[in-house]
Amino acid sequence: MIEINNISKWYGQFQVLADCSTRIAKGEVVVVCGPSGSGKSTLIKCVNGLESFEQGDVIVDGTSVGSPTTILSKLRSRVGMVFQHFELFPHMSITENLTIGQIKVLGRSKDEALQRGLKLLDRVGLRSQAEKFPGQLSGGQQQRVAIARALAMDPICMLFDEPTSALDPEMINEVLDVMVELANEGMTMMVVTHEMGFARKVAHRVIFMDHGRIVEDATKDDFFGTPRSERAQLFLSKILSH
Amino acid sequence: MNYHWNWGIFLEQVKGGDETYLNWLFTGLGWTLAVAISAWLIALSIGIGIGTLRTAPNKGLAWFAATWVELFRNVPLLVQMFLWFFVVPELLPREWSLWVKQDLPAKEFITATLCLGLFTSARVAEQVRAGIQSLSRGQTMAGLAVGFTLTQTYRYVILPMAFRIIIPPLTSEFMNIFKNSSVAFAIGVMELTFQARQMQEDSEQGIETYLAVTVLYFICAFIANRGMAFLEQRTRVPGFIASAK
Repeated sequence: MIEINNISKWYGQFQVLADCSTRIAKGEVVVVCGPSGSGKSTLIKCVNGLESFEQGDVIVDGTSVGSPTTILSKLRSRVGMVFQHFELFPHMSITENLTIGQIKVLGRSKDEALQRGLKLLDRVGLRSQAEKFPGQLSGGQQQRVAIARALAMDPICMLFDEPTSALDPEMINEVLDVMVELANEGMTMMVVTHEMGFARKVAHRVIFMDHGRIVEDATKDDFFGTPRSERAQLFLSKILSH
Repeated sequence: MNYHWNWGIFLEQVKGGDETYLNWLFTGLGWTLAVAISAWLIALSIGIGIGTLRTAPNKGLAWFAATWVELFRNVPLLVQMFLWFFVVPELLPREWSLWVKQDLPAKEFITATLCLGLFTSARVAEQVRAGIQSLSRGQTMAGLAVGFTLTQTYRYVILPMAFRIIIPPLTSEFMNIFKNSSVAFAIGVMELTFQARQMQEDSEQGIETYLAVTVLYFICAFIANRGMAFLEQRTRVPGFIASAK
């Protein structure tokens, strides 16, 4: 589904991604973790072309992201993305947030889009908030709407960029619950997160990054059981010790 | 003060004419409104375009927009009036030049409106740019991630929020355009300030004249201000605080 082949990226002299490669199969859930500044957010944004890269290529469902002939907007409409700071459209009601992409990008009718949007809102438990605006919801609620907004486009895979990092602790679980459910339904997911509990529960594989490199790319059991690199061991001992 | 007050002057006939001074002022007010509102339409439409281009990823377009802003912002409005009126027609090809000088109807009005509109467009553009840049980059990414093209992202996501954010500074600009339209008198537009000077010379009641004109400008600007406040209130986003990004 997603193939990342030897991509490298520089900001001027500074290399943010160094020769990163991995593959994510259909239905696979892959967690990407690592210290801040390790390039994980940049890597995930390369998958739908929100960040450019200088070398290598990313292939999503057979389409090359780096190719100049690829219409990125088309590709992105098939790849759902959830951001750290939710990024709902603040001037639109929750319903409009859920339908505008369907109407303007997929060409669905207003009715059809609304039905689909409300169904997803039901699913994330926010049906009663349909007419509110993003600023009137809590962070956890906004992030659930953001997930619903991405799902409304019927994506072939979902990218999560630190979806719980900006949330108060008591709201993290309501978002993770939605994500766990999604994973259990077989959605292909690439998730940048520090939530190791989530990784243990649903991830198939864990990728550990440091200084722009993929240091470790292992099955969940191998990663938590016997991490090979010293850096990953250190990282795990720090975030699991409390 | 040895001044002969005469508040009744406004209802008196002008010398050698059959209209009152009040008529003169209202005619002037009409031209002031016409110049200001037409110029505002020019300023808004061009300013939105230029301000948006200033944030464009295309370097050439961004450079063009930046040049536009500098050009119209760095020269005094009065000098720009004279440039458009006296200099630009001379630079045109011969036939156009002749046509502008001889046949262009309402030449002063058109020149003044164009000049004031372009001058203000640079200022509106800077506000539009500031509004766009005050939004987090994540908003653009979110728009793109949904599958919008960059143009759609601007249209549906970025500009609607940017406009709401810049309503307060745009209000000042809208009020300014009424006041700045007074500069048009310098090239002979018979707007409010022009009529006031004429009335002052004709009636020799300068104080009453300028006090009346002050009130008329004040009312124009005040109505503009109230109108924008109404717009701000109507477009307010529930739960959104301007300072929170």
